[in-house]
Amino acid sequence: MKLSISLFTLLAGGLLFASCKKNDNTPQTVYEMQDQMGRPAINTVFVSTGEKDMFNTTVPSQMNAAFFSKFKTKLLALNPGYTTNALGQTADQLIGLLSTDVLNASTTAPTTFFDGTNILTGRALADDVIDVELLLLFGGPTGASNPTLTSDNVSANDKMFLSAFPYLATPH
Amino acid sequence: MKSKKNLLTIAAAVVLAAGGILYAADHLDAPAVSNQSTDVTDLYVFRGQTTSNLVFVANTQGLLSPAVTGTAKFDEKTLLEFNIDNNNDNVEDLVIQAIVKNGKMKVYGPYKPSQTGTKSVISESDFSAQTDVTMYGETAKIGEQNGIKVFAGPRDDPFFFDLVQFKKVIAGTASGFNKPGADSFAGTNVLSVVIEVPKSKLGGTGSLNVWLESKKAIN
Repeated sequence: MKLSISLFTLLAGGLLFASCKKNDNTPQTVYEMQDQMGRPAINTVFVSTGEKDMFNTTVPSQMNAAFFSKFKTKLLALNPGYTTNALGQTADQLIGLLSTDVLNASTTAPTTFFDGTNILTGRALADDVIDVELLLLFGGPTGASNPTLTSDNVSANDKMFLSAFPYLATPH
Repeated sequence: MKSKKNLLTIAAAVVLAAGGILYAADHLDAPAVSNQSTDVTDLYVFRGQTTSNLVFVANTQGLLSPAVTGTAKFDEKTLLEFNIDNNNDNVEDLVIQAIVKNGKMKVYGPYKPSQTGTKSVISESDFSAQTDVTMYGETAKIGEQNGIKVFAGPRDDPFFFDLVQFKKVIAGTASGFNKPGADSFAGTNVLSVVIEVPKSKLGGTGSLNVWLESKKAIN
């Protein structure tokens, strides 16, 4: 009996020692969400000032429920005449897409925000993403509506990109 | 929750009153992270020079002038996490994590995280590649291991947008854009992390949903 208790003590001590040793590695660090983004400028354009932090910490799977109606209100405030856009999307369809702020990326097709053929298959460095978004928000079904709002008339970066890794231009 | 929201609103109002804030692709888009290592400015995902690879770019700490770029640093308590949904439910199936330790940018994954959502841990056993952080003015240092390439350091901000005019349009003080417009991000830098990954490591059937999160150590 005594022997088994000692054995037990030894074993327990050993286990404790082992777990202490493991804990020497300090507990695993936990990282908590501060900011996020998927598509460019969604937070900027659609989220009201007081809710930007909330948007940044809402996981994408819950964004639609939390922000659909707010985004739609914002769209119709920005463009009261919205009917459909060049993709044929109604306001509900466009907002349904944008209110879940993720960047779609193809693993088979060329990757671009929009290149005239491929739509939302990624985001390349040279893509004029703002003009694409402005066109979809303001351009109406033919892209010809609100001509002063469908392009910011800045169509390229101020430095050339590299063809090889790391692709981005050297700093100024 | 409500009081937290009110507090945020007040904080936002105070920051706005301080004035001159540029909101961009995601540049300085939120008071809680403005001008911090956790401030994400942009996400890019595109096919690599080797077309069987996909490139993930996380840009942070926007609007760095050349004068301050040399002092901008990655933060050892800030995790940058590419979240990848490969079955179209907008929940991450894989993550690629990047965090700086002792001057090296370390990359983990792509791997399936033990938990999804607003909190993350790093699985040390899923380490995949690392590189020395490139200092301002240095030639780009590139790490490559396990078929994964990584770069970390200051770069030209690739984003271009006449944000100043856009804000006037939104505020109702201008009826449209100028021709030509003025790129509000010309001449400015960001801190970039660029990671190139074989598509074969990303799963899915041809289409992914990707988003970038910055996460701060809380313990």
